[in-house]
Amino acid sequence: MAQVITDAQGVKRYLINLSVNGDTHTLMVKGNSLLVNVLREDLELTGTKKGCELGDCGSCTVLMDGKPVNSCMVLAVEAEGRAITTIEGVAPNDKLDKLQESFIDHAAIQCGYCTPGMILSGKALLTRNPHPTEEEVREAISGNLCRCTGYVNIVKAILAASEQE
Amino acid sequence: MYLPDFDYYAPDSVAEACSLLAEHGPKAKILAGGTDLLHKMKHGELAPEVVVSLNNLNALKEIRYEQGRGLIIGARATQNDLATSPVIQEKYRSISEAAHHMANNQIRHIGTVGGNIVNAVPSADLPPILMALGALIQLVGPTGKRTMLLEEFFLGVHQTRIQGDEILTEIIIPEQGFTGSTYIRFGLRRSGALAVASTAVSVTMDGEICRGLRIALGAAAPVPMRARAAEAVLLNRKITDELLEEAGVQAAQESRPRNSIRGSEEYRRDLIRVLTRRALKKAITEGHV
Ligand SMILES: Cc1cc2nc3c(=O)[nH]c(=O)nc-3n(C[C@H](O)[C@H](O)[C@H](O)COP(=O)(O)OP(=O)(O)OC[C@H]3O[C@@H](n4cnc5c(N)ncnc54)[C@H](O)[C@@H]3O)c2cc1C
Ligand code: FES
Ligand code: FES
Repeated sequence: MAQVITDAQGVKRYLINLSVNGDTHTLMVKGNSLLVNVLREDLELTGTKKGCELGDCGSCTVLMDGKPVNSCMVLAVEAEGRAITTIEGVAPNDKLDKLQESFIDHAAIQCGYCTPGMILSGKALLTRNPHPTEEEVREAISGNLCRCTGYVNIVKAILAASEQE
Repeated sequence: MYLPDFDYYAPDSVAEACSLLAEHGPKAKILAGGTDLLHKMKHGELAPEVVVSLNNLNALKEIRYEQGRGLIIGARATQNDLATSPVIQEKYRSISEAAHHMANNQIRHIGTVGGNIVNAVPSADLPPILMALGALIQLVGPTGKRTMLLEEFFLGVHQTRIQGDEILTEIIIPEQGFTGSTYIRFGLRRSGALAVASTAVSVTMDGEICRGLRIALGAAAPVPMRARAAEAVLLNRKITDELLEEAGVQAAQESRPRNSIRGSEEYRRDLIRVLTRRALKKAITEGHV
């Protein structure tokens, strides 16, 4: 378990190594720190959004060991030892991923708030299943709510990206 | 939303976890996936001073088949572990299907079967199918382990027979010669919506005669319940569509659903009638689906 450091007020903090987008960050977090807040506030990776904060909407989706999870429902201490990918890690070297290009080409972005989560759920699907059916795409993004209701174009964008494989 | 403060422990063994629970008593809570616990803590419904995480107990994630004992599912297996496990899919596809149709993909990657059971809410999706398959659960405490039938575990909403220093370690489905089983739920949306009502069944068919069955209903009473009167309608009888409808009517009658935002009592009863009939038909004609 992570090393525990107790301050003068008796508050415990945990020393963790967090692997995010391939970089390892050594951080002190409190037991109650949520992964989403550590990503956004400590690591300034604000591409991960907060919507419901209750696991319903998928705005805060990140990949943990390649699997989409809601970072608002995960304690930062529990993310130690797992490979975290946020939207900032999808396109290294400033060149957009083909799924991101596809979202642009298909006007799959309106306000953009759901987009990071949609892209990550889409990426996880295409990595596991490079040629999904429309049904499989819909299932894969069913935990991501688009408040602008742009689902049709989002599904088209993911399907089109899969055809370029 | 932020969580209240707590001390966090992630012990390396079940024994160590039990002694932490015993030491801190009612101030401590077990954390598995956290999809129920953190939810309640965010709403201020719970504020444990100590959180004992099962995160390091990897042995509890195991899913295996043991000759003589049956199918064994570790309590920390996630909903998606159940949905994708080749062992479960081969033995009882019905469990995989039930797991696959609950919550949403992100939650299914973290929510565990143990949490789904111990949380003890009427709409939980996994208890009905596990009960229909005659599941046993193993509880481990500081003084030893005990095994009980899952259907005897629930006492009320959020109330079970587990002691504060006990951990649910595994779910066991003994070999019982079923010919079919299934779980059908009705939710207001296809994803991310809790069940308004649900029915799980297992059957042992001998030609057209039903030699054994269990019907378990979800969101039909304060606890997941067996529909015993409905079972009696079918036991040792030649199965006809009329008889299946009669069993559905009987299940609706013996259920005790509540009025809630998701459905009125009357609506739920009618759902139970239809779901029970359909689930029976499916398990009888299609096997473990
Ligand atoms: C958006 C969303 C959608 C959901 N949809 C569904 C749904 O469709 N169907 C459904 O049934 N549920 C649903 N849930 C509820 C939840 O995801 C499940 O009940 C899940 O399986 C709980 O598991 P967990 O590991 O997250 O539990 P936790 O939150 O970690 O624990 C739940 C409770 O069980 C106790 N506990 C956990 N594991 C053990 C153990 N091994 N031994 C002893 N005590 C233990 C904890 O102390 C706590 O009191 C949903 C939740 C969310 C947030
Ligand atoms: S903000 Fe995490 S799921 Fe909505
Ligand atoms: S684009 Fe606005 S929420 Fe999806």
